[in-house]
Amino acid sequence: MPDAQTLWLISPELVLAIFGLAILLFAIIWRERVYGALAWVALVGLALALAAAVNLWGAHARLFAGMYAVDMFALFFKIVAPIAGILVVLISMDYLRERTRYRGEFFVLLTFAILAMMMMASSANLLMIFLSIEFLSYMSYLLTGFLREDRKSNEAAIKYLLYGAITSAVMLYGLSLLYGISGSLNLGDVALTFSKSADTSVQTLALVATALVLAGLGFKISLVPFHQWAPDAYEGAPTPVTAFLSVGPKAVGFAVLLRFTLTTLPGLPEFANYWTPLLVIISIATMTLGNLVALRQTNVKRLLAYSSIAQAGYMLIGLVAVNLGGSSPFSGLNGVLIYLFAYLFTNLGAFVCVIAIENATGIVEIPEYAGLVKRAPLVAALFIVFFLSLAGIPPTAGFVGKFFVFGAALREGFLVLAAIGVLNSVISVFYYFGVVRAAFFLEPKDTSPIRVAPLVTLSLVVTAAMVLLIAVYPEPLFNLAAWSMAMLK
Amino acid sequence: MLTVNHLIFLSAILFSIGAVGVLVRRNPLIMFMSIELMLNAVNLAFVAFARYLQNLDGQVFVFLILTVAAAEVAVGLAIIVALFRQRETIDVDEASILKG
Repeated sequence: MPDAQTLWLISPELVLAIFGLAILLFAIIWRERVYGALAWVALVGLALALAAAVNLWGAHARLFAGMYAVDMFALFFKIVAPIAGILVVLISMDYLRERTRYRGEFFVLLTFAILAMMMMASSANLLMIFLSIEFLSYMSYLLTGFLREDRKSNEAAIKYLLYGAITSAVMLYGLSLLYGISGSLNLGDVALTFSKSADTSVQTLALVATALVLAGLGFKISLVPFHQWAPDAYEGAPTPVTAFLSVGPKAVGFAVLLRFTLTTLPGLPEFANYWTPLLVIISIATMTLGNLVALRQTNVKRLLAYSSIAQAGYMLIGLVAVNLGGSSPFSGLNGVLIYLFAYLFTNLGAFVCVIAIENATGIVEIPEYAGLVKRAPLVAALFIVFFLSLAGIPPTAGFVGKFFVFGAALREGFLVLAAIGVLNSVISVFYYFGVVRAAFFLEPKDTSPIRVAPLVTLSLVVTAAMVLLIAVYPEPLFNLAAWSMAMLK
Repeated sequence: MLTVNHLIFLSAILFSIGAVGVLVRRNPLIMFMSIELMLNAVNLAFVAFARYLQNLDGQVFVFLILTVAAAEVAVGLAIIVALFRQRETIDVDEASILKG
């Protein structure tokens, strides 16, 4: 039986587990009578989990035989996860009411998905990494296929599932090799074996094994060449789920990737020689492919899917240029964390805009956005804010993130990589402003005003306010990022 | 004498057969069987390493992989059933409304 201190340290997870099970029970017992209320129960649970995570700030402990790390790096993501969850619940209430009879179960799956995100952020053991990634994946598959009567939703789910199952098998093979090399599942021990062993065959095998693990993580983050699932899953999934998939799994995928790379790989002498070029190539391929294909999209959900692939490429620059020594404000790692936080609000905000329009009119094709400014002025105006932020133009949160990521690349001498990153940001302006052009400068066929639901308006205002606030007053976020990376130094 | 090398080699072969199966077959049920083969190849590797290293961690991992694989099939079959109810076929090439 774990002691009180341990239970206290996992209180955010416990809260979510209890609320998730409670919602499931209520949904089974009282069915339609309580579906409307269950969303609010989920909101309370997520808010409590957020409070519990904030309350734990400063903790530094290893639980359950070193498998589970509760440190500030993990807590950073445990703050991000419930915020994403709360926003997704807010935007999904109206959306689901019109599309499915089984609204209660949706919030069960979402609560558990947030729980899985928290567990991923804390994983410090190969077994925990595997279990938490699979947990999040299954919740994501089910959420993607949640609209059972919708062909697109089903098709998206099966594609997502098959890709996910294959990449997780590949990752597992990598994990088994790591275990074979080091004789331990603990990330710290694996790192220790790497640094002790002078045997070149061990080094080679370790490189192969870590590359296989990268495949599994690359799937969650949607890095090229493991990105093919993303556009189909994003287009077919219910839009609030798309919003969730574009930020949630990506953020914690980065959490695992960062913890794995920064604790395990410095032991490998060949690390810099093989990993840095590999990550540089993946980063360039991811941003360039994402942006170029996004140029040709006419469906706004697909456009945002390719855009979010490109965003993962920018974030990866921070990992390439990571340098935890010294006191420079550009350590690469803080760039990734700041970028992720800014991206959370920006991308969710863009999806809230999409949902606001889709709920009222069912429109997801960009040409049909013509004259949006006359039909829904607030949504059209905020589209500009979010797209400016995604493109990284000041004064928005996205600029702050890109500044730190590109700054780290310049500091570490990755000039070409930084230049390609900036060039890609310029390309991205074209397709983001294709949407804005349609909304502002084309004449609408139908001029009836679009009514936006109150909760959706609330999420719009909150996300837009955060995007602007991070840009004008970024100090708290800098400090948050600086403290969270302290443990990895 | 059967050494850890033989077992790892066998596991690599099984894993490759599974991987090829996923890539060439178009029926999700067969694809699932191939994925199971890949997972069992991993299990074999874990057990072999655990025996070689005289360490039980690998065997514990195998139990959890088996459990998780069962959950995966449950989720997968649920989605396949939903897909079949929609269109009376489960061939993944027919699932092409979304152009990936």
